[in-house]
Amino acid sequence: MHMADALISPAVGGSMLAVTAGLIGYSSKKLKENLDEKVIPLMGVLGAFIFAGQMINFTIPATGSSGHIGGGMLLSILLGPYAAFITIASVLIIQAFFFADGGLLALGCNIVNMGLFPCFICYTLIYKKIVRGSVDRKKIFIGTTLAVVIGLQMGAFSVVLETIASGISALPFKTFVLLMQPIHLAIGLVEGIATSAIILFIYNAQPELAAGPAGINESVSVFPAKKVFIGLIAGTIIVGGMFSWFASTHPDGLEWSMFKTAGVEELEGPEHGVHSLLGIIQKKTAFLPDYSFRVSENAPKEEGEAVWPSVNAGTSVSGIVGGVLTLLLALLAGFLLKKRKKVAGNN
Amino acid sequence: MAGITIPAIYFPEIIISKIESSLQSLGYMDLLSYQDTALHKIDPRAKFITSLFFILTVVSFGKYEISMLMPFVFYPVFLLTAGNIPAGYILKKILYVSPFAFMIGVFNPFFDQNVILHLGNTGISGGWISFISIMLRFALTVSTALALIACTGFNNICFALNRLGAPKIFAVQLLFLYRYIFVLAEEAARMVRARNLRSFNGKGKGIKTYGPLLGNLLLRTINRAERIHLAMICRGFDGNIRIMNKYKFGLRELFFVSGWISLFLIFRFINISQLAGILVTGLFI
Repeated sequence: MHMADALISPAVGGSMLAVTAGLIGYSSKKLKENLDEKVIPLMGVLGAFIFAGQMINFTIPATGSSGHIGGGMLLSILLGPYAAFITIASVLIIQAFFFADGGLLALGCNIVNMGLFPCFICYTLIYKKIVRGSVDRKKIFIGTTLAVVIGLQMGAFSVVLETIASGISALPFKTFVLLMQPIHLAIGLVEGIATSAIILFIYNAQPELAAGPAGINESVSVFPAKKVFIGLIAGTIIVGGMFSWFASTHPDGLEWSMFKTAGVEELEGPEHGVHSLLGIIQKKTAFLPDYSFRVSENAPKEEGEAVWPSVNAGTSVSGIVGGVLTLLLALLAGFLLKKRKKVAGNN
Repeated sequence: MAGITIPAIYFPEIIISKIESSLQSLGYMDLLSYQDTALHKIDPRAKFITSLFFILTVVSFGKYEISMLMPFVFYPVFLLTAGNIPAGYILKKILYVSPFAFMIGVFNPFFDQNVILHLGNTGISGGWISFISIMLRFALTVSTALALIACTGFNNICFALNRLGAPKIFAVQLLFLYRYIFVLAEEAARMVRARNLRSFNGKGKGIKTYGPLLGNLLLRTINRAERIHLAMICRGFDGNIRIMNKYKFGLRELFFVSGWISLFLIFRFINISQLAGILVTGLFI
């Protein structure tokens, strides 16, 4: 359920990145306050373990499919929420860079969906509440599985919210929710059972590891949920608002004013030289601000008709022809350069 | 590696498991980043900032945009050529990860059936156009991310993140993680191979052996972390890793960043494709 760059808007991606950056900064600060330096190599190596562990599958009886661990909850149980959040963020960064799972802009969304919910919410509010006092196998199993399932439900719902808020996909909210939640209920159960199988094994072999964050001061594993969330929500609103003002997916004030300025300038500017060329470029492009295909509703009718009698077909065809042309040109340039380099290399 | 080698094709599942192919591709991307082209020598911060701006610009278009996205192909193509990265390999990786964007995007034609474009007599619905737009964005952003890592290297990305303000703890354990992926993934691959060779008819691959299998790997991992830490203390580790600063953000970097960013802004606000199209259709039709 890695969110992809292609499905989000800059506002959503940007605000989620800001939230993530804030949380990573906050977690690092918290860790530094009580730093047992042993924990840094442990975090790195456990991150690598999650990475490798996600590639080992087990078969699910009677279905023919297979499952594997998630990671966020396992790390939280072993490391505590702060170190776990930083580690899962790192795993997601490597997945984004090397396997293109998600993307760079969607990284914030993915870290929130797969890191924030399991590490900060489900670990503290579910796992910790169930597994306390005298620990036994049943408590660990129920606590782990439940926390993973709920964490994944939250993550899946967050994917839906991010997609809907971005407005790139046309999926209606209700359909999308009905599509995502049941699938992730099944995935969550599988991941939950897999995670608790590992934790139970560790609990048998080295109970002190499963009992609490390894090598980390206990005070660090307490999370001031309320304080942080008020900060988070405020941050999201501010950044989200800022981004959507700058880069709205609808024609905004900035572009319309550009069009108007261009129109005026074209009339008053000199009729020759660079100015007139720029004017023509502006005029040719500005009557379809950036929606070459949404001609009918958006373009000012009389302006369009004066230049281009059949706005719809004409501009669309030229858009398609030009688009294909540009694409070919870019690919050709790359191909030729490469060829030249090879020849140079052979000589 | 002398001796008889059995072509992997006979036992695809046993010899090349998924984990090994992932490891191979990680190693290959790492190898690509050690090349010595002019692009590899540019400060990683410059490439990182430019690529991030590129992605931000690409996704800032409206959902029905296709033609204005086309000129953006120049940037990934530039990275692939200047960085001497095999385009076919990157293309294969893009196809490999496309299912999620495809699965979400493919619903658009069903839910958005307003015809917004006429080509001759055929009407094309908004859903199809936004679907093509999604796939195009996907190819642009993914190829840029992959090309960025192949022409920069992960260690340098960590360096860039640190210099751009990411906390040191974060950057340092990211370096650790990357280093140990290779070690642990090899170990995991050996375990999977051993399990596969001992399993008949899929028996023994269920959750019963899975728990102990991963649990053992986890215990070994934790022990390994302790050994690593002791070895580091012996070598004078004090909680900081000093990353050598071999790059300088100079005039070349400034030129790289400002040049590309202004080009992206031109692509964002002027429809180059349409201009090219008007030129061609005006000349020939």
